[in-house]
Amino acid sequence: MTMTPRNEAELAELIAARHAARAPLRITGGGTRVQMAHLAGDDLNVSGISGVVTYAPGEMTLIARPGTSLAEIETMLAAEGQALAFEPPDMRGLLGGNGVPTIGGVVAANASGPRRLFAGACRDHLLGLRLVDGRGRVLKNGGRVMKNVTGLDLGKLICGAHGTLGVLTEVALKTLPLMPERMTLAIHGVTATDAVGLFSAALATPYEVTGAAFHDGRAWLRIEGLAQPQLSYRRDRLLGLFAGREVEELDGPASTALWRDLRDGAHFSGTEAPLWRVLVKPTDAPRIAAALEALGGATSLDWGGGLIWYSGPGAAPAVRGIAPHATLIRRGGLGGAAFPPQAAPVAALSQGLRRTFDPAAILNPGLMEG
Amino acid sequence: MSSIAMPDPDPRVLSRAPQIVAALRGVLPDDAVISDLEETRAYECDALTAYRCPPLAVVLPRTTAEVAAAMRVCHDMRVPVVPRGAGTSLAGGALPTADSVVIGTMRLRDVLEIDTANRFIRVQTGVTNLSVSAELEAQGFFYAPDPSSQLACTIAGNIAMNSGGAHCLKYGVTTNNLMGATVVLTTGEVIELGGPEMGPAGLDLLGLFCGSEGQLGIVTEATLKILPRPEGARPVLIGFDDAEVAGECVARIIRSGVLPVAIEYMDEPCLRAVEQFAHAGYPKCAAVLVVEVEGSAQEIAFQLGKIREIADALNPVEFRESRNADDAAAIWKGRKSAFGAMGRLGDYICLDGTVPVGKLPYTLKMIGELSRQHGLEVANVFHAGDGNMHPLILFNANKPGDLERAEAFGNDILRLCVEVGGCLTGEHGVGIEKRDLMGVQYAPDDLAIQMQVKDLFDPRWLLNPAKVFPLDASQPHRDRAAAE
Repeated sequence: MTMTPRNEAELAELIAARHAARAPLRITGGGTRVQMAHLAGDDLNVSGISGVVTYAPGEMTLIARPGTSLAEIETMLAAEGQALAFEPPDMRGLLGGNGVPTIGGVVAANASGPRRLFAGACRDHLLGLRLVDGRGRVLKNGGRVMKNVTGLDLGKLICGAHGTLGVLTEVALKTLPLMPERMTLAIHGVTATDAVGLFSAALATPYEVTGAAFHDGRAWLRIEGLAQPQLSYRRDRLLGLFAGREVEELDGPASTALWRDLRDGAHFSGTEAPLWRVLVKPTDAPRIAAALEALGGATSLDWGGGLIWYSGPGAAPAVRGIAPHATLIRRGGLGGAAFPPQAAPVAALSQGLRRTFDPAAILNPGLMEG
Repeated sequence: MSSIAMPDPDPRVLSRAPQIVAALRGVLPDDAVISDLEETRAYECDALTAYRCPPLAVVLPRTTAEVAAAMRVCHDMRVPVVPRGAGTSLAGGALPTADSVVIGTMRLRDVLEIDTANRFIRVQTGVTNLSVSAELEAQGFFYAPDPSSQLACTIAGNIAMNSGGAHCLKYGVTTNNLMGATVVLTTGEVIELGGPEMGPAGLDLLGLFCGSEGQLGIVTEATLKILPRPEGARPVLIGFDDAEVAGECVARIIRSGVLPVAIEYMDEPCLRAVEQFAHAGYPKCAAVLVVEVEGSAQEIAFQLGKIREIADALNPVEFRESRNADDAAAIWKGRKSAFGAMGRLGDYICLDGTVPVGKLPYTLKMIGELSRQHGLEVANVFHAGDGNMHPLILFNANKPGDLERAEAFGNDILRLCVEVGGCLTGEHGVGIEKRDLMGVQYAPDDLAIQMQVKDLFDPRWLLNPAKVFPLDASQPHRDRAAAE
């Protein structure tokens, strides 16, 4: 059974009834981000609660309902020379399926692409939200202004909670000017250790590197700017750091295509092998990536080394033994928890928060428990 | 005299004061516990000086373990705890109650680790904001949030209040620059949140703690994101003879794609005070913007060219560029001395409601009308790029009833901010000052969920009592906690 409420009031009524009946729900929007087939419950699809509420480019503010498609939002922002600076990825290639990525899914997953390194994650651009909690209460937190410290910041908690604290009905996001010019420096024939060394050097400069990724012997650094003088200045300065190395320059369109592929994990698409997302201290990345590759499979790095993608046959305990912060993104037949276990007191507080928002444990129950 | 009520101290705590102090002395070094009234008086208020109350005792630990020991004693003996950084809160965030123990973080002063390859610094949270950037200067890095009290304020207070600053238009506020924290919970249990990795894999408890105003725990160590220093920065001054046109200029700059690091706004009453006391040489006009951009010399020239184009179309009274460091300092001089200059005019209350940038001109006009209604002068100096206003209401503390009138005026301004789509506080926090206005911004259920989160972290409601949540709304929670 799939429930498809059309607005916040219907959703609140529906969840209140499920709360009373203690009947669990699996919440989806476009159904493109999280694999939930292993969870119990009826399907709740919120893609019908959609539409842009307000877009004010001069205030750098977007308010939209969760079912609004990411593509619609990106097109609308681009027409004003703006974008979501955290570069949300499109996971369809990695996870399969033919749904439509939605803004609600982006916020629920705190989904952030390569620019997270420079611009911060989705949660850093979330200004406020409305949601229905597990009791069926309609709640709001934050607002639509750039700075807001009024009361507890529940938005941070809800962004990345994958629906376990409540079902979003409206999100307010900061939009930022899209840098009109971009290019990429590609350095060939490097090891992961070389690459992270280069990233650390480049990221210690003020030249605003907005992407730093590595895969299969190639390291890429993206720079963006207002216009060609700024961009070429930054390029010249960075090239000075890489003296003696073979550097290829990718111009605007080639650069855009490259980073779209890196953002969406194109190099690990089209297979069923388990895929892990591992958050690490960047300089630990080469060692951890090598240990993961020793289990079989391949890795790539993003966020200057801070994010390792590992696709391979390693068993969950082996992967987590090497990388305690690993999250299983594509199951590929692996069972068990997708999210990593946490230290006992943090796990207890997290569980306490879930029961505070959702006392009857009806919202994606079990999804985030490590 | 003042109109913000604080609950009566708990006689069951006051009557046990000697035992409480003895228990604290039992677990802390001798010099870490202060109970003499002459000395505790130094902690009776923060920068909201109209409200004062010496605490039962003050403890000044040097380690996380000592903070934890003090918290455990207070928890076990059911004594309220008031966390305190440097006491620079403008909202009464560190105001003690007579039955409370102040736990100050100012002796937690160690820099624990600087890692430029991974772009973070780890510190004990009693270090001052400015000293963090000073530690990083030799390596060419800095810590971005820069509240105007940065010489004195501590990282602990910055995290508790999610502090901002003039440059957060580009770099974000504390929560965007905080990577990890060591937190002491009310029971004395110590937890680690986040770290050098980018983002949690589970629920973002760190994001919840940042800005929680001491309601959930005390942060004793922090991992902070550090950034490479820009090659250079240059301000321009733009004067307008119409406040609304100045507001329009802000909106057009933001839309243009140039993202300045700061856009500061000063209105006519503020400019008058600044001229009178700081002699900054600002133009005599309705509004002045100070806009700062960063980068290499040519990047700066390019960005300033765009800003000049935008401003020229709006017929400014003056567009003043800085050609060197002296020019730049002269442009910033008036803005930086604004609060001091207004202080010379008399006592003031400084609010920090935030409004959508497009609503700035209307909000300014309405504040002018409220000023006439309340018969008190107001000056506006604020971070225009993000709509974070700072109306300064001038009053005379020696004149009976004047503070109450100023507070009533301030409340009207904050209601106005919420009405136009903004919020009560953009960077100073709720504290006691805006506590009873929370119902203007939030519906009962919105406050209920926040208080339920507080119930989880602080079941006895001992942490930073009588702040953030309206007293009537929190009464059932506090009663339940007391009966437990």
